[in-house]
Amino acid sequence: MTHILSAKNIIKRYSGHTALNDVSIDIPEGSVYGLLGPNGAGKTTFIRIINRITGPDEGEVFFMGQRLRSAHTSQIGYLPEERGLYKKMKVGEQALYLATLKGMKQSDALKSLKHWFEKFGIEKWWDKNVEELSKGMQQKVQFIVTIIHKPRLLIFDEPFSGFDPINANLLKNEILNLREEGATVIFSTHNMSSVEELCDSIALINQSQVVLEGKVRDIKESYKTNLFEAEMIHYKNNLPFPEGMKLISEEKEVNITRLKLGLSQGISSNDCISLLLEHGELRKFHEVLPSMDDIFIEKVSNTLNKPIHSKNNE
Amino acid sequence: MSKTALIIKREYFTRVRKKSFLILTILGPLLMAGLWIVPFFIATMSEGNKTIEVLDETGLFASYLKNTSELTFVLSSETELDSAKNALLKTDHHALLYIPKTELSVPVTALVFSARQPNPDVKSYIRDVMKKRVEGLKLESKGIDPEIMQSIQTNIRLTAIKLNEDGTEKKSVVEINMILGFISGIIIYMMIFIFGAQVMRGVIEEKTSRIVEVIISSVKPFQLMLGKIIGVGLVGLTQFLLWIILTFGIITVFQATYGQKLSFEKTVPAYSGSQKILDSNQLAEFNALHEKNIDPMVQVLEGLKSIDFTIIIITFLFYFIGGYLLYSSLLAAVGSAAESETDTHQLMMPVTVPILLSLIVSSYIMNNPDGTLAFWFSIIPLTSPVSMMIRIPFGVPIWELILSATLLVAGFLFTTWVASKIYRVGILMYGKKASYSELWKWIKYRD
Repeated sequence: MTHILSAKNIIKRYSGHTALNDVSIDIPEGSVYGLLGPNGAGKTTFIRIINRITGPDEGEVFFMGQRLRSAHTSQIGYLPEERGLYKKMKVGEQALYLATLKGMKQSDALKSLKHWFEKFGIEKWWDKNVEELSKGMQQKVQFIVTIIHKPRLLIFDEPFSGFDPINANLLKNEILNLREEGATVIFSTHNMSSVEELCDSIALINQSQVVLEGKVRDIKESYKTNLFEAEMIHYKNNLPFPEGMKLISEEKEVNITRLKLGLSQGISSNDCISLLLEHGELRKFHEVLPSMDDIFIEKVSNTLNKPIHSKNNE
Repeated sequence: MSKTALIIKREYFTRVRKKSFLILTILGPLLMAGLWIVPFFIATMSEGNKTIEVLDETGLFASYLKNTSELTFVLSSETELDSAKNALLKTDHHALLYIPKTELSVPVTALVFSARQPNPDVKSYIRDVMKKRVEGLKLESKGIDPEIMQSIQTNIRLTAIKLNEDGTEKKSVVEINMILGFISGIIIYMMIFIFGAQVMRGVIEEKTSRIVEVIISSVKPFQLMLGKIIGVGLVGLTQFLLWIILTFGIITVFQATYGQKLSFEKTVPAYSGSQKILDSNQLAEFNALHEKNIDPMVQVLEGLKSIDFTIIIITFLFYFIGGYLLYSSLLAAVGSAAESETDTHQLMMPVTVPILLSLIVSSYIMNNPDGTLAFWFSIIPLTSPVSMMIRIPFGVPIWELILSATLLVAGFLFTTWVASKIYRVGILMYGKKASYSELWKWIKYRD
C-alpha cells in the first residue's frame, strides 16, 4: 500500500519539554486516518509539522515519497482546531483570497467556490461581511476553503468541536465523499464515536509518543478478549459449562435470556454455538469487540496520574 | 502572483477601501491647503484698486501722494469737509483723506473718512508719505538739505549665508529651518506610529479571529508578516502621495480662480515691487520701515525659497520607509505576543521609548542642529527618522547622511529578523500575554 505521508522519527523539543519524541507515522493513501490522544499529547504539533507551520528538530516527513517542501502545501487542506475568518471582510472575497493563497487561479477558484456555496446554500451571503454570518454558516465557509483547492491530503483538527449536529453530519458526509474521490483524510479528535464511524486507521499519541498504530479493525481484533454474547429463547437455566467456557453474566427478560461468555484459547465459537443449541433456541450470537473508547482509556489511563503538559506548550 | 504579493494586495485594498482612509485623504489636503490659501485669500480680499479722495487744505501733500498699483489718489471736487464727506458717500471711493490747515507751520494731523473699515495698508501708506514730507520740510527749515539726511540714514540688514561644502552660498533663515524640520519630524513620527499601529492591530486581529493558522498553512509566517508590513506601508505612501497631489491640486485650482497673487513667485516680487513707490534714495529708510512692519509671510516665502525641497522630500520618503519598516516589524512582534490591544501597552513600552525620546529632544536639536546630541540621535536607527528630519533643513554633511541611512537599513533588517522570530511563535500562542523572558526564548527557538 502506498503512503501519502510518512513521518520518520520526528523529534520536536520546546524549551523544557519534548512535544514529539521519535514519532513515526505512515498514512495510507485514500484512508481516513485518526490521530488520537489526550490534550497536550503532541497531536497539534505533529499536524503543524505536516503543514510546515513549524519544523521538526530531528526526523523527516515525506509527502508522496518526496521530502515535504512548501510546494506541497497546495496539496494539503488544513482545518485547524483554532479557526476563524477575517470578521470585517466580505465572505466571497475572503474565500477567494484563501483559495488563491493555496495556489488556485482566480477564475478556477471563483467557479469552484460558487459551486460549493450553492451546494451548502450560502450563496446569498457572498457579499456579506463575515461578522453578519451565524456561527454555523461561518463553519461552512471554513470547511469550503479547506477543501476548495481539491487537496490530496486533508487535515481536520477537532473538526466537530463547535459544530451543531446538523453541520457535523454534513461535514461527516462530505469527508467520506472526499475519500471516495481519492483524498486522504487525517482526523485529529478525542471523539471516539466519530473515530469508529469514520476512521480506517489510527495512531494514538500519548505523552509525545505513538503508543498504538494500525487499522481500526486490526487494533480491535488484537484487543479482543474472546468475549461473546448470545441471545436465547426458552433458555434452560443452570447449564453446566465445560472447561474453557465461562459464563460472565446472564440477564433474563421474559423468555429472552442474554448470556455473556468468555472462551479460552482452543475453544471455537462453533463449539460454543453447538452447546447452546442443545439448550434452547439461539437468536443471536456475536463476538464482543472492545470499543475505541475502551482501548483509548486503557492505553492512556496508566499514564494519566502523571502530569500532563498544558495545551499552550503543545 | 506570488503569495506575498497576494497578502500585500489584500492588506492594501481592505484598508484603502475603508471610509476612514477616504475621509483622512480628503481632510488632510483641505487642512494643508487651507493653511496656504486662507492667508492669501485674506490678502486678496483687501486687494483691488482703491480710490482715495484728497482734500488737502495745506496744499503741501497732495502732489506727493502718488498713485500705486493699489491706490489712486484724486483731488476732491469739494472744498469744504462736510460737502466732501457727503460727496464721498455718493461714490464708491474708498476713503476721503482730509488734511486740515493748522496754526503750526508744519501740519502733523490728518483724518481719513471711510464708509467702510479703513484699510490699514492705506493708512500706513499715507502716514509714510506725510511723514517723509514733513521731515523734509523740517530739515529744510533748519537749513539742511533733505538729501543729505536721507543719505546718512543706515539700515543694517543681517543676512545669514550658509556656506556649502561645494563652495556655493545660500541664504538661510533659521526660523524657517526650525519650523520645517520640526514639522517633518512630527509628520514622520505620526506616520510611523499611525501605520505601525495599524500593522500591530492587523496582527492582533488575525490572532484573535483565529484565522492566522489557516493562513500560515498556506504561507510562511514571515511572508504573512512582511506582506502585512509592506501592504500597510503602501497605504501610508498612497495617503502621503494623495495628500501632496490633492494639496497642490487645491492650491492650483484656487490660484486659477482667484488670480495670480497666490503663487510664491508672484507674491514675492509684488512686495519688492512696492518699494518702487519711493525714490531710490529713500530706499534705506523704506527698508527700516519695511523691517519694522514686515509681513512674516514675506520672510516665510523668502526662507522657503532658500530650501532644497527635493532633498527634503527624498530624505523624508527614505526615513519614513526606513523608520516605518523598523518600527512596524517590532510592533508586529508586539501584536503577535499579545492577546488583545489592551495587552500591548506594557509590551510596547520599550519599542516606543526611543522614538518618543527623539521627539522630546527635538527642540534641543533644532537649537543645536550640529551638536553632539543631534549627531548621535540622527545616527542611531531607532531615533534617526525623527531626529534626522529635524536636521535636514539646516543641512547635514553627506557622510553623516550616508552613515545614518546605512545604519537605518541595517537596523530594520535586524528588527525584522528578530520580529519574525517572535512573530512565528507568538501568533500560535493563545490564551495569554507573553512576558519578556518568553519573548527571549522565542527568539532562540529554531523552526
